[in-house]
Amino acid sequence: MSLVKPAMRGLLGKRLRFHLPIAFALSLVAAAGFKYMVTEPRKQAYAEFYRNYDAAKEFNNMREAGIFESVRPSGE
Amino acid sequence: MLCRAALGRVGLWRGLCSSSRLQGQTGSELVDCTVTPYLCRLDTPLSDVPYERDLTNEQRALKEKEKGDWGKLTKEEKLALYRLAHQHSYCEMRQGSSEWKTVLGGVFFMLGFSGLLVWWQRVYVFGEVPHTLSPEWIEKQTQRMIDMQVNPVQGFSVYWDYEKKQWK
Repeated sequence: MSLVKPAMRGLLGKRLRFHLPIAFALSLVAAAGFKYMVTEPRKQAYAEFYRNYDAAKEFNNMREAGIFESVRPSGE
Repeated sequence: MLCRAALGRVGLWRGLCSSSRLQGQTGSELVDCTVTPYLCRLDTPLSDVPYERDLTNEQRALKEKEKGDWGKLTKEEKLALYRLAHQHSYCEMRQGSSEWKTVLGGVFFMLGFSGLLVWWQRVYVFGEVPHTLSPEWIEKQTQRMIDMQVNPVQGFSVYWDYEKKQWK
């Protein structure tokens, strides 16, 4: 009939000791995941795009398509 | 013991346990708000007042017997005294109910009904859509976006093949 006395003290400390490392670890994982799945590919994509980018050529393409108002296509 | 015995008596709204007097009332019995209420809650577990305040004669006799040697109380009497002082045991307090099913069902029903109302509104209230959303306009707009090379790195124009003049 003698029940074990429940824990009366240190409850918050126990909870923090358990949950804080997990919280930090998960946050770091989330940050690392975002970095390597979003920002790095994005940086690579932009680097690839501008590696061989010919601005004059693209400008001429756009001009011929007729989207500019200051420079009409060369035919007109 | 208390939990298993009492589970049979539990109704649908037990989760809303507050004052004993307020449950299932239709206004026939008035609540005396000047006295401390009996609170049946896990976070304020031991109320200052007993559950049954107005005792019958035999309950009063039992209370008298309680003032004596507890060893002389039978098991049923101890249980009766517990039930006089407390409405629910911890087991019963922690028990859930099936109310969530009703709530979820109600929510879905209301969402569905709102959907019907929105549909009716779309058909009978709203006027025509602007001409800039017509297929011809959208076609010309898309062509212009491709000519401008909108989002050429990761977005829109990446998916257009400029040599073959078609979507990749």
